[in-house]
Amino acid sequence: MTAAGGERSATDSPLLEVRDLTVHHGQLRALDAVSLRVQPGEVYAIIGANGAGKSTLLRTIAGLHHPTSGSVLFDGEDVTGLRPERRARHGIAMVPEGRRLFGSLSVEENLQVGATFARPGPWTIERVYEMFDWMRERRHQPTAQLSGGEQQTVAIGRALVANPRVLLLDELSLGLAPVVVQRIYGMLPQILATGLTVLLVEQDVSQALRVAAHIHCLLEGRTTLESRPAEVTAEQVEAAYFGLAGASAGPSATSAPEGSES
Amino acid sequence: MAWVNAIIQGVLTGGLYALFACGLSLMFGVMKVVNLAHGDLAVVAGYVAIGVITVTHIPVLWSFIIVVPVMAVLGYVLQRTIIQGALDRSVLTTLMVTFGLSVVIENGLLQFFTANSRGIGAGLGLVTGSFTLGSQIQIAYLLVVIFAVAVAVLLGLQYFLSSSSYGRLIRAVADDREAAQLSGADYRHVFGIAAAVAFGTVALAGIAYGMYSQLDPTTGTDTILLFAFAAVVIGGLGSLWGTLLGGIVLGVAQQIGAQINISDEVLAGYLVFLAVLLIRPQGLTSRRAQS
Repeated sequence: MTAAGGERSATDSPLLEVRDLTVHHGQLRALDAVSLRVQPGEVYAIIGANGAGKSTLLRTIAGLHHPTSGSVLFDGEDVTGLRPERRARHGIAMVPEGRRLFGSLSVEENLQVGATFARPGPWTIERVYEMFDWMRERRHQPTAQLSGGEQQTVAIGRALVANPRVLLLDELSLGLAPVVVQRIYGMLPQILATGLTVLLVEQDVSQALRVAAHIHCLLEGRTTLESRPAEVTAEQVEAAYFGLAGASAGPSATSAPEGSES
Repeated sequence: MAWVNAIIQGVLTGGLYALFACGLSLMFGVMKVVNLAHGDLAVVAGYVAIGVITVTHIPVLWSFIIVVPVMAVLGYVLQRTIIQGALDRSVLTTLMVTFGLSVVIENGLLQFFTANSRGIGAGLGLVTGSFTLGSQIQIAYLLVVIFAVAVAVLLGLQYFLSSSSYGRLIRAVADDREAAQLSGADYRHVFGIAAAVAFGTVALAGIAYGMYSQLDPTTGTDTILLFAFAAVVIGGLGSLWGTLLGGIVLGVAQQIGAQINISDEVLAGYLVFLAVLLIRPQGLTSRRAQS
């Protein structure tokens, strides 16, 4: 497996590469030798059921968890030993699960914090206001007064103004109405147009299949499928999502968005 | 008239107590650290001031120009080393570590400076002088100056926290440390800055108390820390202007207690402190340390 990774690196150079990543939460093995390669400019989606290790993978890439073994390479450089804030300044930005806005700060202050250690690049607070027009007039409001979808866009804005090279999106759709989720995913092309690479975690499989160039399915911390969406059938995705024993286990739909509202 | 006098004196003393309390409140609001060495560090600042004045012969009032930066640097260093080390284990560990620091400082001061009490700028016109309001109310210049300094410090802190880039980062880190890291903020450094600011106010508190009264190695825990605690709890944890309100309530309670019976001064303050804990444990104001 490691040899295969070595061979391929000559032909293409991924912006972000994860090699044999194993992460433990105490005794629990949350990730087991997961590898992935994200090419510049693409959307790469990690799918899987609750507890599959998707968020752990993203958080480990951002530096919030320490792997037991394996490494994270960003633009060819090993960043496994770097603290999250160093990785952020290198160009890895993450929109964490649950948005995690600074609750006592206004919308604008949240964006200003995001811009404090920004790399040079196209994204400014002004540009975020242009993209989300409602934000400008409500910029002095505390973020607690915003709806879930609005908070999510502020969280995305906060990550964008840092001018990252890769944007990690953790469960954007969690707790949001489907219409709002559609609107947020609708902005993805604009974001990609500025040259960003996106690695996202999504429970809603149909959503992931729609937007991603690559999908990577996790099951209990292991990779069960890695492919381009066009090259797999719904049955294959289903089998990878629920495990080989198969689709018999749960509801038959390929998406399991467990509609939690907030 | 005696009662009016008691209230005026209490309000002015409240400024001193607010000065004691704001650093304690800031450290708690940002790092969740209850710094039990807070009072002892104020005493250290007072002793440093005495040393600086003796050696350099600068005017007493200007000693803060040297003492505040010295304490701020000490604050940054202590935060980045032993306090952060304790925080990495648990918030409870910080209690033990700062308690240990308090004991070490107190005994160190006893060892090197004896148990004798010292004042700052005794005999200075500002320290001893007063003016009279009406016929019976005598107001010390020093208390007025200290009150004004306390208000200026609170205004400065408020401006720093609400309008400066570092202030914004401090609030962001206090809200969500992990999210701040994802935005590139090194929260350990931000904590260090917050501690430096808090220790700067501690320096002013130590100098002010040295001029108002006398400092000895135990003043830190038996007066400054306790009054700071009382002011913070009465005013509301983590609220800047709450510390002024808390200080004033404490000061007025003490003066009214003293009016009833001179030996009840300190007790009256603590009774109010206890009453607030019972009736309104979140404090009179319950906002966070923010604009």
